[in-house]
Amino acid sequence: MSSGRRRGARARLPVPALVLAAVAIAFFALPLVGLLWRAPWSNAWRYLTDDDALTALRLSIVCSLWATALSIVFGVPLAWVLARVEFPGRTVVRALCTLSMVLPPVVGGVALFFALGRRGLVGQYLDRWFDIRLPFTTAGVVVAQTFVAMPFLVITVEAALRQLDQRVEDAARTLGASRWYTFRRVTLPAVRPALVAGAVLSWARALGEFGATITFAGNFPGTTQTMPLAVYLSLETNPEEAIVLALLLIAISFGVLVGLRDRWFGARTAVAA
Amino acid sequence: MSVTAHVRVQLGSLDLDAAIDIAPGELVAVLGPNGAGKSTFLRALAGLQPIDAGRIAIDATVVDDGDAVFVEPERRPIGVVFQQYLLFEHMSVLENVAFGLRSRGTAKADARRTAGEWLERVGLGEYASQRPRALSGGQAQRVALARALAPDPRLLLLDEPLAALDVGTRASVRRDLRQHLASFDGMRLLVTHDPVDAYALADRVVILEEGRIVQTGTLAEVTARPRSRYVADLVGVNLVRGVVSDGVLRTADGASVVIADATPGDSIAVIRPHSVVLTTDAPTSSARNVWPGTIVDIDRLGDRVRVVIDGPIPLTAEITAAALDALHLRPGDAVHAAVKATDIDVSPV
Amino acid sequence: MRRHPRLLVASLVIASLVVAACGDDDTEATPTTVAATEAPAVTDAPAATDAAATTAMETPAVEGTVTVFAAASLTAAFTEIGEVFMTEYPDAEVVFNFAASSELVTQIGEGAPADVFASADRNNMTKLTDAGGNATEPTLFARNLLEIIVGPGNPSGIAGVADLADEDLIVVTCAPEVPCGKYAAEIFANAGVTVTPKSLEENVKAVASKVTLGEADAGIVYRTDVIAAGADASGVEIPEDINVVAEYPVAVTKDASNAEGAQAFIDFVLAEHGREILDSYGFLAP
Repeated sequence: MSSGRRRGARARLPVPALVLAAVAIAFFALPLVGLLWRAPWSNAWRYLTDDDALTALRLSIVCSLWATALSIVFGVPLAWVLARVEFPGRTVVRALCTLSMVLPPVVGGVALFFALGRRGLVGQYLDRWFDIRLPFTTAGVVVAQTFVAMPFLVITVEAALRQLDQRVEDAARTLGASRWYTFRRVTLPAVRPALVAGAVLSWARALGEFGATITFAGNFPGTTQTMPLAVYLSLETNPEEAIVLALLLIAISFGVLVGLRDRWFGARTAVAA
Repeated sequence: MSVTAHVRVQLGSLDLDAAIDIAPGELVAVLGPNGAGKSTFLRALAGLQPIDAGRIAIDATVVDDGDAVFVEPERRPIGVVFQQYLLFEHMSVLENVAFGLRSRGTAKADARRTAGEWLERVGLGEYASQRPRALSGGQAQRVALARALAPDPRLLLLDEPLAALDVGTRASVRRDLRQHLASFDGMRLLVTHDPVDAYALADRVVILEEGRIVQTGTLAEVTARPRSRYVADLVGVNLVRGVVSDGVLRTADGASVVIADATPGDSIAVIRPHSVVLTTDAPTSSARNVWPGTIVDIDRLGDRVRVVIDGPIPLTAEITAAALDALHLRPGDAVHAAVKATDIDVSPV
Repeated sequence: MRRHPRLLVASLVIASLVVAACGDDDTEATPTTVAATEAPAVTDAPAATDAAATTAMETPAVEGTVTVFAAASLTAAFTEIGEVFMTEYPDAEVVFNFAASSELVTQIGEGAPADVFASADRNNMTKLTDAGGNATEPTLFARNLLEIIVGPGNPSGIAGVADLADEDLIVVTCAPEVPCGKYAAEIFANAGVTVTPKSLEENVKAVASKVTLGEADAGIVYRTDVIAAGADASGVEIPEDINVVAEYPVAVTKDASNAEGAQAFIDFVLAEHGREILDSYGFLAP
C-alpha cells in the first residue's frame, strides 16, 4: 500500500507479458464487439423503450443498490471480525462466508429456500410468526443478490484491513478515540478505496445475478423480473431484444465501473505506515 | 503526582518484568537494545498492551493491575509519539493535531483553533492544510508531538522518536525535540536505543536488558560503572558536551577535544572507552588528544578493566586485564589518556 | 464462423451478461451417453421383445453413434428408450442432448451435430423445417396434457383451474416465452379465469420444483412432470374441454451423419415398445 515509484523504463517493457495481456484484453473485448456487431440497431430504440424492459431495468437497479447497501452494512463488520478478531475456526468461518461465490447460483437459490423459504429452517417462523415471506417478492430478489454479492465486498475489505497498519489505530486510541470513533474516523477512511472497490464489485455481481434470483425469487415482471431474467427469457423468443437489453445492462455497469475507477482508484491509495 | 509502573508481560519470547517510577516533571529514558522490552513497557503504560501482573498508576489512579482494573487507552491521561509517527494520512496536518481534542468531545472550531496554536508553536503553521505525506521526517515528528500534546496529557510517551530519521536531520530534530520537551511540564518517558538521545534529553536513564532493569541512574553514573558487559557495550561510552569550532570541541570547563570533522555548534563527542589508550609516560603515539589525569577507580569486568580517570576531560578507559598488569596501575596513579581524533564521533545537539 | 453465428451470439449474450449463468439452467444442454450394458427395465415384457425383434429384422444393420436432440420433458422416457434401443442394436450408441426445444433448434441451426430432433411442440419443429433443417417429414410420436401440480395430497384442496384465481394461493407457471407458459395462459383463457402467478418460470421443471419444495401451492405443468415428481407432488387433472394438448413431433435432421441410425431410432420410438415406455411416463399416444 505504499506509493509506488514510477520507473521511467518504457523502452524495456517485457514483450511476452504485453502479448499475453493483449490476448486477455481481446478475450474480454471480443464478446462485447460481437454483441455490438450483432445488435439490431434499427430496432434498438423500440426495445429499449419497451415498458417491460424499463420495468426490469428499474427493478434491477433498485435491487442491486439495496443488495450493495446490505452488503456494506453487514459485510464491513464481518470483514473487520475476520481481519481483527482471533477466534477458533476463523478460517472455516471465512470459507463459509465466501461459499456463495463458488456455489452454483441455482443451488444457492435452492439453499435459500431451505433456509428462508416458507418451509425453511428460519423461513417457516418468519412466515408463521411475522407473516413475512421472501420467495417471489422483491425483498427475495434483494436477499438472493446479497447472498451472492456480499463475499466480494467482504474479501476486498478484509484484505485492506489486514494490510492497514494497526498501529495507526493504536495511535488514535491513545488520542482519546474510542474503538467506534477510531473505526469511523481512522480505519474506515483508510480502507475507503477498498470499500468502494468491494462495493462496486458487489453491485456489479448483484446487477448480473441470475441463477439464485430466478430460483429463489422467481420471475414476475414488476416484482422479481430483473434485467438478466428478462434478457434470458427474451432469448427464447426474441434474441434481438435480448442483445439490446444485454448491451444496455453492459453499458450501465461499464459506465459506473469506468467512472468510479477514475474517481476513486486513481493515484490515491490507502494509508501509508 | 507521579507515575508508578510495575509491568509484567509475557509476550512470545519476551519476559518483561520491570518497575519504573517517574517523578513529576521528570524525563526518564528507557535505554536498551532491540527486543529488550522497551516498547512493550511503553505500550503497557499507554494501555495498548494489558499487563499480566503488576500495577500501573498515573497520578494515583490505577489504570491496570493485571486483573480487574484496566483503563482503556482512550481514558488514560497520556500522549504518545510513535517511532513511525503514525500520522493519519487521510487527514490534513491540522486535523491530525485536532484529532485528540475532537475525539474527547471538544467542539470542532475550538479544537481547530487549539490545533492551529500547537502547529504555530512547533513552527509548522503554514502546513496546516497539507497532507502528512507532504512533510519531511522532522516535520512529521513535530506534528506527531503537537498531536500528542494538544489534548494536554499528564504523561507523554515517546517511542524511539528519532530512530526513523536519517543521520543528517537527526541532530536538528533532536535539538527541537529537547526544546519542546522542556516546555512540557508533565512527566515524560522516552524509549530509545541511542545513548546520545538519552544523554541529550533525559534526566535519568533506566537500562533494560532482556526484560529486566539492569541499572538505573544518570547516564554519567551508568557510564562510569556499568553493571554488566552488556551495559558497558551499550551505553558505557564517554559523552563530552561542548561547542565545536575549527575542528575542536571546547567544553564549558575550557578543555578541548580535537575532532576529525564536524559542523560547528553545540555538540556531543562520543569517546568509546576501548579507544582510549593509557600510558604512564607522556605518549609518543600520533594521537591528537592527550590528557593527563588521575585514576580514581578501577573496575574489573571479566578479562577487561574499566579505568575511571579524572582530569580536564573525565574519561572512562577500557583496557585488558593483561595491559593493566603490565602498566601496574592503581587508583591515585597519574596517567596520560590518548584518543585519536578519528576515533571520536561527534553528534550535534 | 459463418455456420455458427447465432449460436455464438446466444452464447455470448449469456456468457457476458449473466456472469453466473453457467450451470444455472435445468434445461442446459448436457449430452448424456447411456451405456449399452445397463440392464433395460422393460425388456422382460414379451410383446416388447417381439416388437423390437421384428424391427431389427426388417431394417438394415444399425451401427455407430446416433445423436438425439430431445426436449427436456423427454429426458426420463428417452433415456430409457435409448437403453432398450442399444440392447436391440448392440453396434449402435445413442447420445442424448436434452434441452428446451427452442434452444435445440438454435443449436441445430448453428451446426450442432444432431441426427434426430424431438421437439415438445410443433412450433419449434416448424422453425427447423422452415430453415430447411430436417431431412424427413416430422412425425407426431406423443402428446402431453397439462395438469395442475400441487403439494402431496393436495393440501390446499384445489379442485380445478378456477380455484387458482384465489389471490392467497401462490401459483407459478412457465413464462409466456416458453411453450408451457403459453399453454397455461391458453388454459386460463379457456376457463375464463384470471390467475396472477407469483412467478413466471423459465422452464417447466422450475415450476415443478417450486411446488415440490413447498414454496408454491400450485403450478401448471405437463402431466409427465406430475408423474416424474412421484410422491413429492400430486396432480389435479384439467378437463379436456379447456386443456391444451402439447404435441411432440420427431424428425431426422438434414445434416444427420447417421441417417440410418436416426431413422431406426425414430421407428423404435414409434413402435410398440417405445410407445409403452412413453406411456409409462405419462405421455399419450399421438
